[in-house]
Amino acid sequence: MSVLEVKDLRKSFGKLEVLKGISFSLEKGDTISIIGSSGSGKTTLLRCLNFLETPNSGIISVNGEKLFDGADSASQRDSEIRKKRLHFGLVFQSFNLFPQYTALGNVKLASNLLAKERLDYQAHKKDIIAEIDENARGLLSQMGLADKIDLYPHQLSGGQQQRVAIARALALSPDVLCFDEPTSALDPELTGEVLKVILSLAEKYTTMVIVTHEMQFAREVSSQVLFMDKGVVAECGTPEEVFGNPKNERTKQFLERYSG
Amino acid sequence: MELILQQAPIVIRSLNIGFLQTLKLFVITLIGALPLGLIISFGSMSSWAPLAFIGRNMERKNGRATAASRFFTGFCPISLIVKIIVWVFRGTPLMLQLLIIYYFPGLVWGNPIWGSGESGRFLASAVAFIINYACYFSEIYRGGIQGVPRGQQEAGQVLGMTKGQIFFKVTLLQMVKRIVPPMGNECITLVKDTSLARIIALQEIIWAGQAFLKGSQGISGAIWPLFFTGVYYLIFTGVVTLLLGWLERKLSYFRA
Ligand SMILES: Nc1ncnc2c1ncn2[C@@H]1O[C@H](COP(=O)(O)OP(=O)(O)OP(=O)(O)O)[C@@H](O)[C@H]1O
Ligand SMILES: [Mg+2]
Repeated sequence: MSVLEVKDLRKSFGKLEVLKGISFSLEKGDTISIIGSSGSGKTTLLRCLNFLETPNSGIISVNGEKLFDGADSASQRDSEIRKKRLHFGLVFQSFNLFPQYTALGNVKLASNLLAKERLDYQAHKKDIIAEIDENARGLLSQMGLADKIDLYPHQLSGGQQQRVAIARALALSPDVLCFDEPTSALDPELTGEVLKVILSLAEKYTTMVIVTHEMQFAREVSSQVLFMDKGVVAECGTPEEVFGNPKNERTKQFLERYSG
Repeated sequence: MELILQQAPIVIRSLNIGFLQTLKLFVITLIGALPLGLIISFGSMSSWAPLAFIGRNMERKNGRATAASRFFTGFCPISLIVKIIVWVFRGTPLMLQLLIIYYFPGLVWGNPIWGSGESGRFLASAVAFIINYACYFSEIYRGGIQGVPRGQQEAGQVLGMTKGQIFFKVTLLQMVKRIVPPMGNECITLVKDTSLARIIALQEIIWAGQAFLKGSQGISGAIWPLFFTGVYYLIFTGVVTLLLGWLERKLSYFRA
């Protein structure tokens, strides 16, 4: 069974139909890269997966559970959306770290708040808090930031901030981790460190959806590449198929622009 | 000069009593207006649109948005009412509001709800100042809230945080950092605005100084006590400025 299954997802802003029936699925531990030209709807797709936008129709299921069904309004209740969001993590293009918390504070905040909802929180408060702390420190050192945990976001470079943001998203152990152009806001010399971290996550079988303009990286990291064009899936396949032997005319044009 | 020295003990005692009333009005106004302003700012940002379903139905039927359907989807009564109230209180002089709030109930119902004497005048002044300043504060709050980038809220949302958690744990402090400088300006203005309560004869420091002009406690025709009140205001605003500077430094550990 697929971890993530998206079926005929549609989303319009007013008259503008941005997603015109997107379908794909993702197996556990796999990484799918989404490529496509500007305005093709890549960000909108990720925002729909994370319930930051409500699709007009379609189905999103995780591990066989329907999280969103356009035909079933009960699946769109606000109160349930918060829980459903936890199946997904999102790393933003612009990091969006919380400026008033240290790197460690950023990673721990949501976990600490969620822990308070646990029934056994009062009884095991100390252990729970210690466990969250340990987990957060572990994630930050996994990101190569062991010596930066007590710094505030404005004291970190863009690449370091983005790695904190990745640790923050991982802290809640989402089923699917989404990235929206994680290196687009970075100086070229800083993109490498972030891409390396994402590659290491792929090697640990983290299930990921990555929107990126880094073609070489997409080729390396993905098990599947999805080319989006004007709100539809123009082509989807292994990196070898899509990059090595694109069938769609639009894909060919797009890749030529990037390789040239 | 000798005369002034002679009058000084009596005058200073009087001015101190007046200043106490000034200080009291300042503190009460802040205590009331800071939270009320926040409530008003939420009201003005309220997106509760009880008629939106009519608009949506129209759009579904017609397949597109029309002027009428947009009116129904965008009609937010709470926000509208609150915005009108804010407009009235920011758009008219505080002095006029003081007069109306103090005298209006007595004129209309023949029943001065504020009670008689100094305590009644203080109550009326406090109500006028709190409402007026809450309206100003609400606009500052709104700027502060809307100034926090949308991405902060979205980052909280995707981490499964509730609206309340996002407000208290993420947005609030960033908002405070943004609003401290403009709030500081308002506080300094408030120190001086308290003197407007003189118009309904609240016995604050200007009133106390002026009393020696007309004659009080055996001193009359003395203008210097009135001038001397300026020293009190300077020290007061000086202290407020120092406190605000301290607060700004406290919040300088992060950038927002
Ligand atoms: N909230 C919104 N309201 C109206 N239109 C929107 C909104 N968000 C996105 N759009 C429109 O949807 C289209 C797709 O936007 P989207 O951000 O998903 O593209 P993208 O593929 O991520 O592009 P890029 O590569 O530049 O990031 C664009 O035409 C955009 O203007
Ligand atoms: Mg985008």
